[in-house]
Amino acid sequence: MVFRGSTRLAAFDEMLPEVSGLRRPYQAYDRWLKEQDPARLTQKMQDAERVFRKTGITFAVYGEQEASERLIPFDIVPRIISGQEWRRLTQGIEQRVQALNAFLDDIYHRQEILRAGRVPRELVAKNDAFLPEMIGVRPPAGVYTHIIGVDIVRISENEFYVLEDNARTPSGVSYMLENRETMMQLFPELFQQIKVRPVENYPQLLRQSLAAVRPQSAKGTPTIAVLTPGSYNSAYFEHAFLADQMGVQLVEGQDLRVVDGHVTMRTTEGYKQIDVLYRRVDDAFLDPLTFRPDSALGVPGIMDVYRAGNITIANAPGTGIADDKAIYSYMPEIVEFYTGRKAILGNIPTWRCSEPDSLKYVLEHISELVIKEVHGSGGYGMLVGPAATKKECQDFAKKLQAKPGNYIAQPTLALSTCPILTEKGLSPRHVDLRPYVLVSDRIQIVPGGLTRVALKEGSLVVNSSQGGGTKDTWVLDD
Amino acid sequence: MLLGRTANGLYWMSRYIERAENMARLVDAGLRMALTRTQNASEEWNSVLLSAGSDYTFSQKYQDYTVANVSDFLLRDTANPSSTMSSIETARNNARMVRTALTRETWESINEAWMSLKRMLARPIDERDLPTVLDAIKRETALIRGSFYGTMLRNEIFDFSQLGTYVERADNTARILDVKYYVLLPSISWVGSTLDNYQWESILRSVSAHRSYRWVYDADYKPTNIADYLILNVRMPRSLTFCYRFLGEHLKFLADDYGERHACHATAEKIQAMLKKGSIKDIFDHGLHEFLAEFIGDNTRLGDEIAQDYRFY
Repeated sequence: MVFRGSTRLAAFDEMLPEVSGLRRPYQAYDRWLKEQDPARLTQKMQDAERVFRKTGITFAVYGEQEASERLIPFDIVPRIISGQEWRRLTQGIEQRVQALNAFLDDIYHRQEILRAGRVPRELVAKNDAFLPEMIGVRPPAGVYTHIIGVDIVRISENEFYVLEDNARTPSGVSYMLENRETMMQLFPELFQQIKVRPVENYPQLLRQSLAAVRPQSAKGTPTIAVLTPGSYNSAYFEHAFLADQMGVQLVEGQDLRVVDGHVTMRTTEGYKQIDVLYRRVDDAFLDPLTFRPDSALGVPGIMDVYRAGNITIANAPGTGIADDKAIYSYMPEIVEFYTGRKAILGNIPTWRCSEPDSLKYVLEHISELVIKEVHGSGGYGMLVGPAATKKECQDFAKKLQAKPGNYIAQPTLALSTCPILTEKGLSPRHVDLRPYVLVSDRIQIVPGGLTRVALKEGSLVVNSSQGGGTKDTWVLDD
Repeated sequence: MLLGRTANGLYWMSRYIERAENMARLVDAGLRMALTRTQNASEEWNSVLLSAGSDYTFSQKYQDYTVANVSDFLLRDTANPSSTMSSIETARNNARMVRTALTRETWESINEAWMSLKRMLARPIDERDLPTVLDAIKRETALIRGSFYGTMLRNEIFDFSQLGTYVERADNTARILDVKYYVLLPSISWVGSTLDNYQWESILRSVSAHRSYRWVYDADYKPTNIADYLILNVRMPRSLTFCYRFLGEHLKFLADDYGERHACHATAEKIQAMLKKGSIKDIFDHGLHEFLAEFIGDNTRLGDEIAQDYRFY
């Protein structure tokens, strides 16, 4: 997520809003909770930690030698979404994902949206995430971004906004699955009392979805593999987990080689062809012959195989242009341009500092805004005006003036809260939501997602690298 | 079908689990000698280090062959790549790399062993706690073995892991014998000597065979019987013959599965045939040290051939 530091904003609580009292989706859970012995719940909290530690669900934090493997803290109070709320969200997400794929196809072919002047040409042409190598390349089945994580925040009962589209290699889905698994182990009785829609078939859906976009040259059952940068990558656990659950090979660049126009993996029985590669390696490292020559994580020549239509790469190279923060501010226009309708899920109002009027406004209101680097991620390199000192604001203003095109600004929003269990009982914390979307010949959204929670009281930073935790996310079957 | 890298990871994971345990066993035997012998035990510690293949690196770091120095070096020193701590860490890194090939139980047992040994070996070991630490190491590796045998499908994944276990184990047993071969030679040993009794018991103890020996042979330790037990006995789980029985079996499974034989099959069969037709008398006549040196070389070659034939790299 995006905001650093803490602010004291009146936030909408998803369980117990101040005005209206206990919300409907939480009623059954609340009844159950009231019957529980607090000591037992505390015990369960510790059990959860032990389960995670034992199964090795850890993530690596860059730059921390000693604590190179840490747990993402897990909170045992679920975040609950009603069936009706979910239906509305999914409509908005589907529309957005359709638009993202249409936008990518257009950008790498006719560029009609640029010709129509709806998105400035230089924003695409000068963008590092735009890959000229992809111009004119049509991926198998016409799908560019197969797996998408849409970060959504809630402001009030009826206001949801998209904070970010993750169209490259969204991570975290293994936490969605393990969180549910852990909750079912800890509280089996809860799942008998409350009907929660299942998420555990995600790996099967992912596998089917990847198989459905196989290249035409693939005969019979396609061979799928997950490409990981290796066991020292921070998301390695997830790569291994997904490969395992899908029943496919987990490969590294060193296992792969182009043989006779196909990408193959080195096995105990020689080299075997791969048809669909779910890669968790960034574009720049994918092919040292095309992109970064020093990369040992990718496969020399894979782009030639790709252009020849002999392998599906998911997500396609160059999809980053669609989730770039500079492009983000044009998403309402993009959605309307390709779907012919207004966006169901809105954007957070965004000032593009590249525009003189916006820059002027942002500089004048710097202490009220959140300012982000266009290409940054993970909450690094940004300013949260309300939490910053005067000096920090002044310093940032200088950076901003030096390279305005590098920044966008957004109002500081009061993200909704959801209670977590603390030693003193329930206490509200800010949350966001990342549902996972699969695109093949259809769009599928697993009912749930990853709820990230800022564990520090008042904090708006939900990033796991900066003290965020996760919760199980329930979509009710009502 | 398995990735070559995965086969490699499984093989080394198992070798290092085996090694982690062997180190504890060697220290255990050394400790026993140090406690039961009145004389200076440094000679015994030196042969422990020789068996572990760590005498040179040890001498770079230490002057004195004491319980504290040797056990620290062989159990917890992460600068020693073969120490129990280094071994379990390497085993776990390999397991982490191949974790999709392992059952949850197997992975968890390795991860837990790593966590608990890391905690236990974080500080220098108090001599009084050494027996407890050695037991804990053996227990952790036994838990890994238990969950591995109890839950893993008997397929190529199992085969490659077992190849690692038995190549390492055969190497270990052969080295232990080779370091002490002279105390087993008839010309030097004389029956009834208390000194040699200790030496012999130490050999058996370092392969956890001091009790089972008595079930198979007479209660008295005899050098030829000890050598026979560790080299030729078909049922002794750490004997060379036992190791090669299983190496042969797992290589055959792989050949059947893949429908292809390699150089490693010929090598394993050659060694197996040699062990089968040999008698302990022949081995002593040929020269025990020569026999063991040759075996260690062949065993190493088999490991290299497996890596090459199954595209580990």
